[in-house]
Amino acid sequence: MHSSAIFLIEFGAIILGLGLLGRLAGRLQFSPIPLYLLAGLAFGTGGLLPLGASEEFVAIGAEIGVILLLLMLGLEYTASDLVSNLKTQYPAGLVDFALNAVPGALAALLMGWGPVAAVVLAGVTWISSSGVIAKVMGDLGRLGNRETPVILSVLVLEDLAMAVFLPIVTALLAGVSLAAGSATLAIALAVAGAVLFVAVRYGRLISRFVSSDDPEKLLLVVLGLTLLVAGIAQQLQVSAAVGAFLVGIALSGEVAEGTHTLLSPLRDLFAAVFFVFFGLHTDPASIPPVILPALALAVVTALTKIATGYWAARRAGVGVKGRWRAGGTLVARGEFSIVIAGLAVSAGIEPELGPLATAYVLVLVVVGPLTARYTEPIAAWIGRRRSGGGPSAGQAAAAKPVRDAVGRV
Amino acid sequence: MSTTPLPGIGVQYDLTTREHQHLSVIAHLDGTRTVNVYRSDDPDACAQSLHLTSGEADTLVDALMPAHHSPNLLSTTGLGLVAERVELSSGAYWNGRTLGETQMRTETGASVVAVLRRAEAIPSPTPAFRLAGGDTLIVIGTREGVEAAAAILGRE
Repeated sequence: MHSSAIFLIEFGAIILGLGLLGRLAGRLQFSPIPLYLLAGLAFGTGGLLPLGASEEFVAIGAEIGVILLLLMLGLEYTASDLVSNLKTQYPAGLVDFALNAVPGALAALLMGWGPVAAVVLAGVTWISSSGVIAKVMGDLGRLGNRETPVILSVLVLEDLAMAVFLPIVTALLAGVSLAAGSATLAIALAVAGAVLFVAVRYGRLISRFVSSDDPEKLLLVVLGLTLLVAGIAQQLQVSAAVGAFLVGIALSGEVAEGTHTLLSPLRDLFAAVFFVFFGLHTDPASIPPVILPALALAVVTALTKIATGYWAARRAGVGVKGRWRAGGTLVARGEFSIVIAGLAVSAGIEPELGPLATAYVLVLVVVGPLTARYTEPIAAWIGRRRSGGGPSAGQAAAAKPVRDAVGRV
Repeated sequence: MSTTPLPGIGVQYDLTTREHQHLSVIAHLDGTRTVNVYRSDDPDACAQSLHLTSGEADTLVDALMPAHHSPNLLSTTGLGLVAERVELSSGAYWNGRTLGETQMRTETGASVVAVLRRAEAIPSPTPAFRLAGGDTLIVIGTREGVEAAAAILGRE
């Protein structure tokens, strides 16, 4: 009885604190993710106030948070969206991977962390934050711009790539042999392919099975189904998050809208818990040593994202200004970098990986909206300064706001 | 009028007026709408974008519509249904075949509620109704269903 009182007090204090931080973030007009991470850092290991009683519940909440994040992401896309994007935009996806995953992997190898950590860090630097980016584009009134479909297609491809990438990471972290790892990957790909196929062909039937006029029943069915599939996926070594993502894809259509409004509050609650959990497991004292590599990595991968966006928009026939806007918009990293790093942290490889990912995301989630806003004007200004300055001149220009912003952070 | 899907956001409808001005409307997944007009110095970028709730969008439609229109049933039910006109080309595979043979309702869940042929409209065509090149079919269903129906009808 006594311990349950302590648990309620602790957990209530965490949630209330998050709510107040969220309001503060709203005031300052930026994403609450960095504040949640900082809140997690402040408590927990080596922080101000180590938590005891609620630790276990927060861990489970974090797990559910990741699952709901990916479910909602899957709901946003219909299977036909994914397939058509994959068909037409795969070169942009490949460029995105080459330019943004490789620096992360190289950085990990340079620091002597070994191949598994390199794969994880590649994922951290590769995947942009669709949540932050969609919000920034809406806030800047750019949803109708010509570069917007290009930005979205890059995000879609990344999210689809996650469905392949997460099982690989899960298998690597479990330390399975090459043969078992390949088998896992084959299972993951087969399952993902099967789900996509079923969703394209029979999405309506699935929706009809789940669909219900009563919000309560809909909530229970969708949540139950998602957790069940996520659990089975975890059991098959495919990663729970991917299972949830595939459920989201399969449910797209008329169910998606109802589910979206129902699950959003739950997602927000548990996702916030997840970011706190990640912060809890990072010792604040471990951050200063990795600040410099994190900043260097942030600057490099901000530039490579800008190049990616520029290239993808040029390929789609967007004008020069729009290309810079596309590049600057894609810079923000966020929830998924933390999801990927979180897998590594719970597996307990490379102790510095968690702090590095935390610092890296803190920088880019704050800088991303700034680059989205200012890359194009600065590139134009530089272009005017030295007429005929090609992308290379602009690259240097784009680095400027990043450095300024880093100085501010 | 052209449409661009915006995965995760909705669908964008682009319109270029006779005076070469570009206008676009984004239909968000949550039923709200954004109306965008573009800059003259950078045609790729929005100069203004107005975000409207579905109620405000309805009011705007009312103001834009010529007088005496009845509100469109589909836009008011909010069930996520769309109605589309699908043209049957004269070289189409279904030219001369019956509506039943297309298996459309079974395959896509979308229904053909009327066929427009030259100057007449045939409401609720039965499966035995024989299609002809040049027909315009009014198809109602979910967005995916209607798209799938259009794909079936486009068979050469």
